Formats: sequence, structure tokens, C-alpha cells
Amino acid sequence: MKEIMIGNGAVARGLYEAGCDIISSYPGTPSTEITEFAAKYEDIYCEWAPNEKVAMEVAFGASLAGKRSCCAMKHVGLNVAADPLYTLSYTGVNGGMVICVADDPGMHSSQNEQDSRHHAIASKVPMLEPADSAESLLFAKEAFEISEKFDTPVILRMCTRIAHSQSIVETGERKEIAAKPYEKNPSKFIMMPGNAKKRHPFVEERTKRLSEFSEDCVFNKVEENGAELGIITSGTSYQYVKEVFGDKANILKLGMVNPLPVEIIKDFASKVKRVVVIEELDSIIETHCRNIGIEVEGKELFSCVGEFSQRTIAEAFGFEAKEFDKADSDIPIRPPVLCAGCPHRGIFYCLSKNKITVHGDIGCYTLGAQAPLTAMDSTLCMGASVSGIHGFNKALGKESEQKTVAVIGDSTFIHSGITGLINIAYNATNSTVIILDNSITGMTGHQQNPTTGYNLKGDPASKIDLETLCRAVGINRVTVVDPYNLKECEEAIKRELAVEEPSVIISRRPCVLLKYVKTKAPLTVNADKCKGCKKCMKLGCPAIRIQNKKANIDTTLCVGCDVCSQLCSFDAIESGDC
Amino acid sequence: MMETKSIMIVGVGGQGSLLASKLLGKVLMNEGYDVKVSEVHGMSQRGGSVVTYVRFGDKVYSPIIEQGEAEYIISFEKLEAARWTPFLKKGGTIIVNSQQIDPMPVITEAATYPANILEELKEKGVKIDDIDALSLANQAGSTKAVNIVLMGRLAKYFHVDYDKWIKAIEQCVNEKFVEMNKKAFELGYNY
Repeated sequence: MKEIMIGNGAVARGLYEAGCDIISSYPGTPSTEITEFAAKYEDIYCEWAPNEKVAMEVAFGASLAGKRSCCAMKHVGLNVAADPLYTLSYTGVNGGMVICVADDPGMHSSQNEQDSRHHAIASKVPMLEPADSAESLLFAKEAFEISEKFDTPVILRMCTRIAHSQSIVETGERKEIAAKPYEKNPSKFIMMPGNAKKRHPFVEERTKRLSEFSEDCVFNKVEENGAELGIITSGTSYQYVKEVFGDKANILKLGMVNPLPVEIIKDFASKVKRVVVIEELDSIIETHCRNIGIEVEGKELFSCVGEFSQRTIAEAFGFEAKEFDKADSDIPIRPPVLCAGCPHRGIFYCLSKNKITVHGDIGCYTLGAQAPLTAMDSTLCMGASVSGIHGFNKALGKESEQKTVAVIGDSTFIHSGITGLINIAYNATNSTVIILDNSITGMTGHQQNPTTGYNLKGDPASKIDLETLCRAVGINRVTVVDPYNLKECEEAIKRELAVEEPSVIISRRPCVLLKYVKTKAPLTVNADKCKGCKKCMKLGCPAIRIQNKKANIDTTLCVGCDVCSQLCSFDAIESGDC
Repeated sequence: MMETKSIMIVGVGGQGSLLASKLLGKVLMNEGYDVKVSEVHGMSQRGGSVVTYVRFGDKVYSPIIEQGEAEYIISFEKLEAARWTPFLKKGGTIIVNSQQIDPMPVITEAATYPANILEELKEKGVKIDDIDALSLANQAGSTKAVNIVLMGRLAKYFHVDYDKWIKAIEQCVNEKFVEMNKKAFELGYNY
């Protein structure tokens, strides 16, 4: 059947049709929908794991048991899962195993724009890279065949523009795959030195066979157009190349990007006068071409930074750009903001007001860094707030301990904040960690996690008691506050910073966008009472603005959280029910 | 061979541009076109400036639209219309919801919301079709139907049967909201 699907949905369809049985993932833009779409198929068991390392190990276990399995993550998630990945390359698989990883060139929703192809090369694991939804479906299916044929996990590399672009796919039927029998095989699956030493030569020999396979792989396609210019490209860059050149260049589109073929490239290059490699991010294909003695142009024409478009390609070749009207230079930017009624706002207001140094983390609450709150000093990676504050406080001592906090969301805390907290307790700094518990994984679009009490399907599940967990690792001072109550929050922050032992403050209130959250009537400003002091503006709430020198509340946005009225010295902000 | 056509849907995160692009993609696919719809999820959903690209033709390659390429820009907000004007093709049309949503720099008074944005664009020679989609959405039964009102307006420019749009609405929208969205579509179409 013909359907229009986003790339991630097409990957899920491919996993389904290939008879994949088990998927374990951690959400991360732009990879999240692979698992969300897959969960709609009754035949596939899907779960959200606490982090990517766990997810990959779950997929390994399922593969070992003989089933086709998968895990999906964003590019930085593959760093977390790098440990199992590099040794999974040695063990190989039983049932086929596919690792979906989504890169984010242009950093639409990421902290860096690393190129996952480096992981494929370094771990010696084959990688496929689709260029639209139809290929996403096809490659996901074929990845299992390669996995089982060559006894290796296979990485399917997505990127934002493929993962989140809808295009037309032809869907097929699911092929039920009988589970492979599980047989104990210590020399293959117990990676202690004696066994691993024997597996490494296998990996090298497998890479040779995969290189030969890539020469004949139908995913590496030559478009012979009798041109003098030859372009070697892959993934989304292929689409931009086609948009600009159509059939006016010879094109080698590489669908298998690790290992890269040699003979196809040599043959392709021999038929043209000029070879240009066009690839987003790093110069992987270009370097490979040079290594096999092919003279190519690449990064001297195209940047390693950001994502490409048809314009990038046209400009690099000096083609005339399309005419357009310039925008006025005084158009204000529209950065993302914490939503009206966001429970994180109250905490960040208190931190900002008291000029606290804040170690931040990955999630919606990174937006606490934005004006006017500007309540953040660092954001590195998942969990780094909790580990980072310990190092910061060890370096600066007591003075720092009394004016520094770490903030981390519930899902991020479980992902990799808990280990940092264990370190704080064990290696003893008087650090203060604030867990922003909004009862959901927010930024990626509301995924359940081990603190919410529900699983991916929305069914009731075991729920972590954060207070008990924190106490269990050795934190004796655990306080719970309501972030809609500014006084309570500020007192707790001041108190816990002052005490000379580590402490955790749990700021607990569900994300205001959750369907079950009942919001209140919008607040209104009594213009007679408002003095225009702008104190309420310090919250950075998108629902409050100044009109005619008085505060004004946008009733289409306000959810009546009542935080602003606690700030008003003139009782000018009134409940909407009056 | 038909040249690829480009339509941009721009607005503020949370205004429902995803549903609008889903509907448009469905209608175009049902008409037999090759279609690509590209959007960005994540950070930009939190009240930031959001953009969705819709492209269709005999064969569509790039999923994204560049400056000077869009036949139509459907803007859910006035300032966003001005921001994305460079992406309009010469002679193209901007369909804009005449609503003002202040971005954070305006709220914090670090910047001012430009006055008379649409008038200035018109003076520059940009074809502007402005419509009070928020009021029409309200009239249909929900402020959230701004997206479908605007799709109704866009449909005026297309040679696609009205009934086919309605059928696509039935396919894309939650059953509970189908009637409300049909009404919103009609109000936009007949505006």
C-alpha cells in the first residue's frame, strides 16, 4: 500500500516487516518516533530503557536469545552505548540486530553535531544510510539480512532531514522469522581476553567480506549520465545534489557507508574528469577516496559545519542563486521558551533571584538559561550537572558549596544522574542537587520513564520512589517542594545550600502540557492596582507582557499557575474566577 | 515533467502546523503527486519559530525549501510572515493569520514588535492574503483550529476538489474533532 510516512515511521515499518520482535530505546530527537511508531505494531515488544547503554544491551540479550532485535537513539546516545557497541562487534549476533542512530546536522535539537559514521568505522560495524522514507523502510529490512549473514550488529544512520521528512513509501507484509535456537557458546559470547583475542581476527576478516559485499551492494548506486563531473554522495546530501544537477552529473550514491567500496569508486572516478565528494559533517568518504588513491575535491568546497541544502550545493559550484526579497533586519528573534505554566519556571526564578551558580543538564529546563531567567552556568551532556557540581565544589570548596546547585530532570536523573549522586555521597561534597520532577520525559515529546509509573504502552508499571532512591545512595537530606510555591522553593534552596551535608531537593509538579493536568482559569491584571513595576516580567512567562505601561496577561496562553501573582507587591494579579 | 512546487507553513511552536502539513501532504499524495513534507521536532516546539516544508511534483528530491523557492507561505502569525519572506518565490503569495504573538525579546522589552508589518510587506510588492483565522477558528468551535482555517484558505488557490480536502480531513483528524475542523475549513475557504 502507498503511504506517506516520516523517515522514522518508515524505519519502524521496515523493522515490523522484517519480523523484528524486540525494541529497546531511549528517546532523543530526532530518533524518538522510530520506537513510538514501532510500538503501534502489536507484534513488536517495545520499551523505553533508562538509557541507551541499557537499551543496546537489552537488544543484545534478545539477539542472543535468537530473536531479531533493535535499539534506537540519537547520535549522542550512541556515545552512552559505545561500550556495548564496540564489544558487540566482537561477539556478533544470534538473531539479527539493528542499531538505529539519528544524527542532527545543524543541531536543531542537540548539544553537538558529531558524525556517527566515526563510531561505525571505529567499532568495525557496518552502516547503512537511507536518503528518504522509502529507503528507510527498505534499509531497515535489509539491515537484518546483513546482520545475520555476516554475524554483526548493523547500524542504520538517520539524520534530522530524513528522520523527520515525510515521503511516500510502499508498505509490504510482515515476514515472521522463526527464532534461532539459543545454544551456549562461551568462546563467541563471553568476551574475556582469551576469547576476545580469537574474536578480533574474526572482526577483521568480516570487515574484508563486508567490503566485498559493499562492491555489489545494490544500495551503492551509480547514475551514469555521460557527464564530465562525477559526484560521490550519500543520505540527504544526495537529494540536494539531484535537486541541483538532475541528470547533468554522474552520481555515485552510497547507501552503505561503512565499509565503503573501493572498486566502484575507482571505476566511477575513471569515467569522469572531476570528482567531488558531497557529504554533511565530516570528511569520511573524501578521506576514504584519498586513501585509495583517488583525487577528489570535498571539504575545500563544503563545510564540516551545519546542514546542507540545494543552495549550499548550487553556491559551491557558482550557480546563480534564486532571487529573493531580504527580510527587514529588525525582526525580533523568536527563541524557544519555557511554556506558560511550566513547573520549572518557579525554581529558575528563585535561583536567578539569589544569583546561584547552576550546573544544568539536558532537557526542556535547559531553557532556564534564556533571558530573563538566565539561571544556568553549564550544560554538557546527560547527567553532567550532578557529576559536574561535585568537581566544581571539590575545586572551590565551602564557599562554592553554599551558592551552587545542579538541576536535572527526572528522566535525565535516571538516565545518568544517579551515578553522579552516588559519587557526591561517596566522595563527599556538600552539593545540592535539584531534581526537576515533571513526571515525564518532556523535551522529546512526553515519553514515559521509570519515575512516571507507566511504561511505553501507557500501562501501569513499577515506579521509582525518588526520595527513597536518593536516601538509599547516602543522601540523608531529601526535600520535596511544589515549584508553583515560590516561598517554599526559595526557603528550601537557601536552607539546603547552607547545611554542611549533601542534599537533594525534588521539585515536583507534572508538565503542564500533560493531558491529565487540570489547568485553572487564566489570571487577569487589575489595571487600577498595577503600578507597572515589571516585577512579574522577571519570570519570562510568555503569557505576560507590558501594554500601555501595565502588565497584561494573554488569556489564550495563561493556565492560572499563580506564580506571577506571588511576586506582585500590589495584589494586581487576580484569579480568573473572580 | 512538472517542476517541483514548494509551500512553507510557518508559525509559533504549539500552533498546530504539524496537522496542517499532514493534511496538505495527504491531499497532494491522493492527487497522485510525489510529496515530501519536512519538519523539525524538539527544541523548536517550545514556543519558538517553527517551519514546515511541503514540496510536490512528479519527482521531489530535496525535502527542504530555500530562499526564493516557495510559491506559497502559510503563516500562522504576522511576525513569522515577515521573517520567512525571503523564502517566497518572486510573485508568490503569503497567506497570513493576522494574529500577533509576542516573542520573548519583545516581552522582555529587549526588542519591539514591528508596527504595520503586513502593510510594509504589501508596499514592497509582496502578495499578502491576510485573514483573521483566530476569530474564524473560534467561530468553528476552537482557537486550536487556526491551522485548518488556513488550510481552507490555501485550498482556494488549488485545483483540488473541495470534497477531496474534506475526505483528507476525515483521514487526518481525530474523529471527535472532524465536524469542528470541517467547519473551520469551510470558514477559511469561503472567507
